[in-house]
Amino acid sequence: MREQGLTPVPRFLPSGDTALVVEFGDRLDRHLSALVLNLRHRVQEAGIAGVSEAVPTFRSLMVHYDPLIVRARELEAHLMPLIDGLEAEALVGQRWLFPTCYEGEDYAPDLGDVAAAAGLSTAEVAAQHAAVEHLVYMIGFLPGQAYMGDLPEALNLPRRTSPRIKVPAGSVAIAIGQTTVYTNESPGGWHIIGRTAVPLFQASRDRPALLSPGDTVRFVAVSRTVYDDMQAASAEGVFDIDTLRADA
Amino acid sequence: MSALRVIAAGLATSVQDLGRFGYQRFGVPTAGALDRVAMAAANTIVGNRADTAVLEMLYLGATLEIAAESVRMACVGLGASLEVVEDGATRTIPAAESVRLKHGARARAIVGRNTMSCVVAVEGGFAQQPVMGSLSTFTRAGMGGVDGRNLVVGDLLPLARQDTEERGEVRLASLDLALPPRFRLVLGPQDDYFTAEALKTFLSETYEVTRAADRMGLRLTGTPLTHAKGFNIVSDGIASGAIQVPGDGQPIILLADRQTTGGYPKIATIASVDLPALGRVGPGTKLAFEAVSVEAAEELRRAQARVEAGWREALEPATPDKAIREDMLYGANLISGVADAWVGD
Repeated sequence: MREQGLTPVPRFLPSGDTALVVEFGDRLDRHLSALVLNLRHRVQEAGIAGVSEAVPTFRSLMVHYDPLIVRARELEAHLMPLIDGLEAEALVGQRWLFPTCYEGEDYAPDLGDVAAAAGLSTAEVAAQHAAVEHLVYMIGFLPGQAYMGDLPEALNLPRRTSPRIKVPAGSVAIAIGQTTVYTNESPGGWHIIGRTAVPLFQASRDRPALLSPGDTVRFVAVSRTVYDDMQAASAEGVFDIDTLRADA
Repeated sequence: MSALRVIAAGLATSVQDLGRFGYQRFGVPTAGALDRVAMAAANTIVGNRADTAVLEMLYLGATLEIAAESVRMACVGLGASLEVVEDGATRTIPAAESVRLKHGARARAIVGRNTMSCVVAVEGGFAQQPVMGSLSTFTRAGMGGVDGRNLVVGDLLPLARQDTEERGEVRLASLDLALPPRFRLVLGPQDDYFTAEALKTFLSETYEVTRAADRMGLRLTGTPLTHAKGFNIVSDGIASGAIQVPGDGQPIILLADRQTTGGYPKIATIASVDLPALGRVGPGTKLAFEAVSVEAAEELRRAQARVEAGWREALEPATPDKAIREDMLYGANLISGVADAWVGD
């Protein structure tokens, strides 16, 4: 990204003739993330004809459009004034508490490996992970799956060398400086350090994904019994998500 | 309730429309029919709006029994046809032609050889509740269509209409589903992650579709493409038709059920005009590519839309000549190579 005074000048990169990438940078950075999220908000408010949606990631915004309604060149002209004067002020999102069980070979199979790599005890890994507020940078990959950062430095590890074929839904996992919670059972290469029963995605909700970029999550250590009770409530569809609001 | 009863489910048969838009930022893939052109044509032939939901069948077609007064349907796909059993008589309805079937009749869709998909449209469409604005099935998260899954034997797929009026059946003879000799693409968004040699190789050689070819994407195999700046990027969005290249240098074209974001560099994106044709390839198909500008891609797409806008006018009466029909039947059998092995339900 080049700087012209205070106005960020992103790159426009075509992704075929149905999407335009507005790239603010190529790294994971809260400043870039805030620019992306603020632009997404402005694009949504602008209601540009032909734009179906704008998808934010850590460092870029993908604007999906219908080439029969608007051309890339015209779309760039619509976006330029929205980028002009864009600020890197972080959006203030919701604050959440995620009860998480950091125990057992079944719920936290990689906790021991992570502890060994970090030179900590397993209890210290859990304590460090639960000690900080994790910012939701983006939702992606699969429905409701959130990418959160940043991890305490001691827990910053690469992905596992061999990905698992099946990671259970609800797994709290860390890698590359981030935390994610698997919303569906899927393959995964991150280190699984706990399990949460929070229902992260429900198609029937007005806003199907629980988390939005800009939200923060604090993981709260709970016992297996508490987790199992919450999981039962979640499975029966009687989980009250309002109990997860930190400001409640 | 009027419905289609599933007698044989095929390999992966699902309800699809244009897809689910507006939820990718929540991680929800668009899904939608792989072959948008086939879907629009099939709908036009049965008198629907072009964007009405259809049944999409992958590799092996489904057999459906009419559990309504009557149903008008059309099957569209490269090399596809409908085998109909009614009142004890079997006949073949070629692709892109409507047929009206009465209660108890059965229709089996035949997917073209080496072709991933075909679609079946029914007049009036299906009576289902959209999920997040779309009927498209996305099986990995269990949403849309019939309980978020592919059809299984015994399913009753509810129809919006109980009956259809008798009128002359039609065909869209001008429909051209031929594969483009070279699939047009736009370079980027991460073409700068590849060596000049890799870009040249990608645009001059052919890449073969492997057996890993489904609604999520097509894994290709060919001369490996060399990365200039490594193969990990900080995740960004993935458009339909994006071609990502992981560490082994073998390209993957991402389709309707693709993940919304990803961390591999994307060398190019298939132009929207040629994207539907990727629903007509199959394992073994060799693909060649040609880079065009975004502006050229937009013009190609607009020209395609003009052709589609003329379809309703282009409909002709379906040929009633029995001799020609039998001719077609034998032709279809020779081409599909599947009909002889069919042993009934």
